Amino acid sequence: MTETNSSKSPSLATAPIPGQAPSSTEELNTHLRKDYEHGFTTDVESDTLPPGLNEDVIRHISRMKNEPDFLLEWRLDAYRHWLTQRAPNWAKLNIDPIDYQAISYYSAPKTEKDGPKSLDEVDPKLLETYEKLGIPLAERAALAGVAVDAVFDSVSVATTFKDKLAKEGIIFCSFSEAVQKHPELIKRYLGSVVPTTDNYFASLNSAVFTDGSFVFIPKGVRCPMELSTYFRINAANTGQFERTLIIAEAGSYVSYLEGCTAPQRDENQLHAAVVELIALEDSEIKYSTVQNWYPGDENGVGGIYNFVTKRGDCRGDHSKISWTQVETGSAITWKYPSCLLRGDNSIGEFHSIAVTNHHQQADTGTKMIHLGKNTRSTIVSKGISAGQAQNIYRGLVHMGKNASASRNHTRCDSLLMGDRCGAHTYPYMEVKNPSARVEHEATTSRIGEDQLFYCRQRGISEEDAVSMIVNGFCKEVFRELPMEFAVEAQNLLALSLEGSIG
Amino acid sequence: MLKINNLHVRVGEKTILNGIDLAVKPGEVHAIMGPNGSGKSTLSHVLAGREGYEVIEGEVLYQGNNLLDLSPEARAHAGLFLGFQYPVEIPGVNNMYFLKAAINARRVVQGRNELDAFDFIQMAKTKAKLVGLDESLLQRSVNEGFSGGEKKRNEIFQMAVLEPILAILDETDSGLDIDALRIVAEGVNALRDPERSVILVTHYQRLLDYIVPDYVHVLSEGRIVRSGGRELALTLEEKGYGWLKEKSPHIAPAGPGA
Repeated sequence: MTETNSSKSPSLATAPIPGQAPSSTEELNTHLRKDYEHGFTTDVESDTLPPGLNEDVIRHISRMKNEPDFLLEWRLDAYRHWLTQRAPNWAKLNIDPIDYQAISYYSAPKTEKDGPKSLDEVDPKLLETYEKLGIPLAERAALAGVAVDAVFDSVSVATTFKDKLAKEGIIFCSFSEAVQKHPELIKRYLGSVVPTTDNYFASLNSAVFTDGSFVFIPKGVRCPMELSTYFRINAANTGQFERTLIIAEAGSYVSYLEGCTAPQRDENQLHAAVVELIALEDSEIKYSTVQNWYPGDENGVGGIYNFVTKRGDCRGDHSKISWTQVETGSAITWKYPSCLLRGDNSIGEFHSIAVTNHHQQADTGTKMIHLGKNTRSTIVSKGISAGQAQNIYRGLVHMGKNASASRNHTRCDSLLMGDRCGAHTYPYMEVKNPSARVEHEATTSRIGEDQLFYCRQRGISEEDAVSMIVNGFCKEVFRELPMEFAVEAQNLLALSLEGSIG
Repeated sequence: MLKINNLHVRVGEKTILNGIDLAVKPGEVHAIMGPNGSGKSTLSHVLAGREGYEVIEGEVLYQGNNLLDLSPEARAHAGLFLGFQYPVEIPGVNNMYFLKAAINARRVVQGRNELDAFDFIQMAKTKAKLVGLDESLLQRSVNEGFSGGEKKRNEIFQMAVLEPILAILDETDSGLDIDALRIVAEGVNALRDPERSVILVTHYQRLLDYIVPDYVHVLSEGRIVRSGGRELALTLEEKGYGWLKEKSPHIAPAGPGA
């Protein structure tokens, strides 16, 4: 399907598809049942606030973090606005009501007063956790040339390669540290892409965020390594409210990677992050996410609510922001990494793989807001649905009045496994400039019994065949990931879908 | 090598195969012909282990073992190859990558070392030449966007790479024009070997002009109603399948003997 110019046409493709032999569905479903490998918790003493949310809690967080007054005021404004709002209900998601007073808004592992100065000072149990996740900070980071800012619950516990980066004038640190050391940058840029009033979850995050990452790449600097953050929710009943802010000055380049995992628990946990990217003229930010939060068990019990606002602002001419995401975890995902294409000739990209299995729900996509002249955007979305999961692509392409000669190309593919899952596509297009061009292509396919039989007849086991077919389907997006993460993402995909065919 | 005894198969409530007897020795080429709906494709699929078929009676011995007990991949590892009537497309999966995975899966089961990329590519290029497959197709996604003729040639190429002991070619000639048919047939002929048996399943005798079988069997209503040499195919070509029904309906299958 190719559509040009203005149209609003939600298309819908939902399993079951007829002609499905029940026996192979059964087999698929058996395969789909696969335990979450990262379901362990770390036994460290935590300094946790009692559950509940009010202005005192926010003051407490701000005081614990020794924040300047402007930030406390900013938080309180956000909180007051949040109180006037309601949770959005336009997504195609079934969400049990969330009791915000039952959540604890601050949890930090107890450490020496000043925090660890090097990896040696970090609680070995924390490091062990990272080991289990497959990211031994010290060696692997060095080998892979990745600087890791590891966030354990709310406090950043270790940052590597900071010195090397500092030589280039690059700032890469926890958000809290940036507040202490670079308050002028925080004041200038925080909330300039996602204002405190943007949406319900962004307001909540602005009020109670505890930590996150901060990146600043000075003019003309090409960041010499991939920057990476591993988020992990550990303590029970704590929400995790990350705040990430990345600023690329004129002519600079940075590639940032974010990986997420959470332990297994019966109750749902809330993760409401905000990520803001600012690209000034001729700069480029590449932001990649591998998200593997605990998805809940096969009956839909437990799992992370992942309600995230991510937005990049191509503020300067000829700037570029590209989002790449591999989403395999979370019980519910509500996430639309977006680009504001303000600078003339700026470029926005969104490459996504979203996998849902069992009872997972994902409503995800992007917004490409074309404001400048001759701006370009590309959207490639690959949705994979198995078990009884629902996978929704929702995307907005907006061509503003001044976005002359701007172009968008959207490609949206869905893959269904089994006959109880669903894939839905909701593309929205708003075109206000007659010279702008918008194209949308969508396909829905199924891993067929005949594809599997073909592979097995050639001697390839069913599991290997599924993984091969799925990886083939996702190839275009994997290509966008940095090498070592592409391999990890492929393994993750295979794990998430192991045994699911029909 | 392959011995089918009194095989009865049904799909749902419908019985498709009504007592098939067939014996194939090493190096022999058997053609199985028959009108649409006679059970030809069912026989191919049951031998390869496709789901959805229920064997209600009879047995299939392959190299002395009970073939029907094996999973499809185990049959492949034991050297059974099915050339598909409709080869399946697998978008995004490189043809070479796919075949390397296939050949190495078998080698692992056999306790042999996996082929490395270099050795595999050398071997694959040689085989591509042998069956007349354009090398550019090797790097494309499995069967994606291939023409009908290219898909069939790719099947024969896979057969050449996997070096089966028993190859079942299901309607390999369907949908091919005469030039493509000749190229595919030459590929199969190049792979004839005293240790390799071939079962050609076909509706038309024209394939047998190019691949000369040792035996021809005619399948009708789930049963082999007649067996003979190559001339049987020519008689069928001349008189049509209706001719068999006019004749005495049951002639003991004169199998080539086991």
